[in-house]
Amino acid sequence: MTDDLKVTLPSDLEIRMERVFDAPRALVFEAHTKCEHVKHWWGRGNPLDCEIDFRPGGSYRFVEHAPDGGDYAFRGEYLEIQPPERIVQTFEYEGAPGQICVETLEFTEEDGRTTISSVTRFDTREQRDSMVDAGMQDGARQSYEALAAYLPKLR
Amino acid sequence: MDKLSEVFGALADPTRRAILGRLAQGEATVNQLAEPFPISLQAVSKHLKVLERAGLITRGRQAQWRPCRLEAGPLREVAGWVADYERFWQQRYDRLGEYLEHIQNSAAHEEERDD
Repeated sequence: MTDDLKVTLPSDLEIRMERVFDAPRALVFEAHTKCEHVKHWWGRGNPLDCEIDFRPGGSYRFVEHAPDGGDYAFRGEYLEIQPPERIVQTFEYEGAPGQICVETLEFTEEDGRTTISSVTRFDTREQRDSMVDAGMQDGARQSYEALAAYLPKLR
Repeated sequence: MDKLSEVFGALADPTRRAILGRLAQGEATVNQLAEPFPISLQAVSKHLKVLERAGLITRGRQAQWRPCRLEAGPLREVAGWVADYERFWQQRYDRLGEYLEHIQNSAAHEEERDD
């Protein structure tokens, strides 16, 4: 599995990601819909508490237990579900309550490989900007030199 | 419009991103910047104005030779944010990829046993 994530900024309120997986669409879709699967990947290797009520109007909540001892909770609601091709859901970091973005996930299959495309849309510039501020507090800074390498990705 | 919105607006255009990419390698004049693009000098100047307003570039003072220079500050803010986002999802999706492989292999083994 060496497929890379493609990140683009289609507008000033959206961020888009695309990634190909070597698995059929039904499986990739299912991996998003059940805790028994989500626990294996969403926490990026960290233990994850998971609650999922997978139906339109249902909600989810993930708590990631980071190695620094911190617990990071995320929640959202399923707005639209079309198995196995589309999920629209809200996403909220409980550390920044009230800042809710909308994620649209689309699954397409070709030759047994599945592409996930995800567009996260912020309601307002204020929300996006506060997300930027939160990101900045994380301290992950691009060095000046890395910018040149990074720019082609913003497309 | 707030500053960051101007920065995002300025970045939301492929020509302007390409101009920034060129400037990341060093200062350049308008003519040098225009060279790779099939658009007029005027159009390039317009893009430069947008970038300048967003604080992404500054321009020299001499009338004839007004080299453009990349200003990393605002870009670093955006890039830092996108980089965080990308990092989290890269890790998440790497895990998902491994996990999908794992469950597909397990399923294949079970089928073998059933045969």
